[in-house]
Amino acid sequence: MEGDIVQMGAYIGAGLACTGMGGAAVGVGLVVGNFLSGALRNPSAAAGQTATMFIGIAFAEALGIFSFLVALLLMFAV
Amino acid sequence: MTTESNSGASEGGLVFHPMDQFKVTPLFGDGPVGIFTVTNVTFWMGATLLCIVLLLVLGTSRRALIPTRFQSIAELAYGLIFKMVEDVSGKDGVKYFPLVMTLFMFIVFSNFLGLLPMAFTTTSHIAVTAVLAMGVFLFVTILGFIKHGFGFLSVFWIGSAPLVLRPVLALIEIISYFVRPLSHSIRLAGNMMAGHAVIKVFAGFAAIAAISPFSIVAITAIYALEVLVAFIQAYVFAILTCVYLKDALHPHH
Repeated sequence: MEGDIVQMGAYIGAGLACTGMGGAAVGVGLVVGNFLSGALRNPSAAAGQTATMFIGIAFAEALGIFSFLVALLLMFAV
Repeated sequence: MTTESNSGASEGGLVFHPMDQFKVTPLFGDGPVGIFTVTNVTFWMGATLLCIVLLLVLGTSRRALIPTRFQSIAELAYGLIFKMVEDVSGKDGVKYFPLVMTLFMFIVFSNFLGLLPMAFTTTSHIAVTAVLAMGVFLFVTILGFIKHGFGFLSVFWIGSAPLVLRPVLALIEIISYFVRPLSHSIRLAGNMMAGHAVIKVFAGFAAIAAISPFSIVAITAIYALEVLVAFIQAYVFAILTCVYLKDALHPHH
């Protein structure tokens, strides 16, 4: 019984941790959206900034990945 | 995570568990997996190395003026990574181009080979990506100390910020510096694992007759997305290595 409750808590926690990925999705969307709105105003400067956009995406995505990691840990390690 | 992955297979509605594909199994026999056991990971890593050698050595060996298909691919990959290292880490970062190129080719090929049906994705395991990311982290840190001595510590001390804010920023910078190998490795492994698991989940739905056409369309779409993600994640890994290199070579903000 006690083990069941612990496992239930772990599964609920894993589900809740996944909401963090929504934040990462918003972040990545903001980065790419702002890049596009800038790029369409000055297309000649856009090509040189794609690398910067990818770095921005990577940093925004990292925090979503941490929530994924927490979910995985709760699913398989607890 | 690999050993317990099939525990829920019998209780769930799916025919197979979506995490089963990440299991490390011995290639010959059923013995326990030790350090020197030849497993499917060994096989697919060997296949990765073989493909890289075939593409880069045989593809460019003829040095034709009008490049063949393989020579074009090899030259494109070389040019892409060389330009990226030059743009992001600066002129003196070009010296470390072989490191970035090696990492990029290994990751992009293991990602693409993992997309073959029945294949094993070596980069979906944190053990593999953590070694790559930890190697980059140690290399960059040691390089920074060799190049600048204790002046490398100024990477944490942002000179352009107001003096009151600097200790707070230094704390944040230190945390973000040491979290680098973690995020660097888990980004790649997480993306690969999640993508392949999603494909497997939809493959499980394909067995149910009512929704199987929808499921097959979904697999095709997600597969196309995964081809894109496989490339982008290798690119992101390489570009972040360049960013860390730039920090080691020029620690002053």
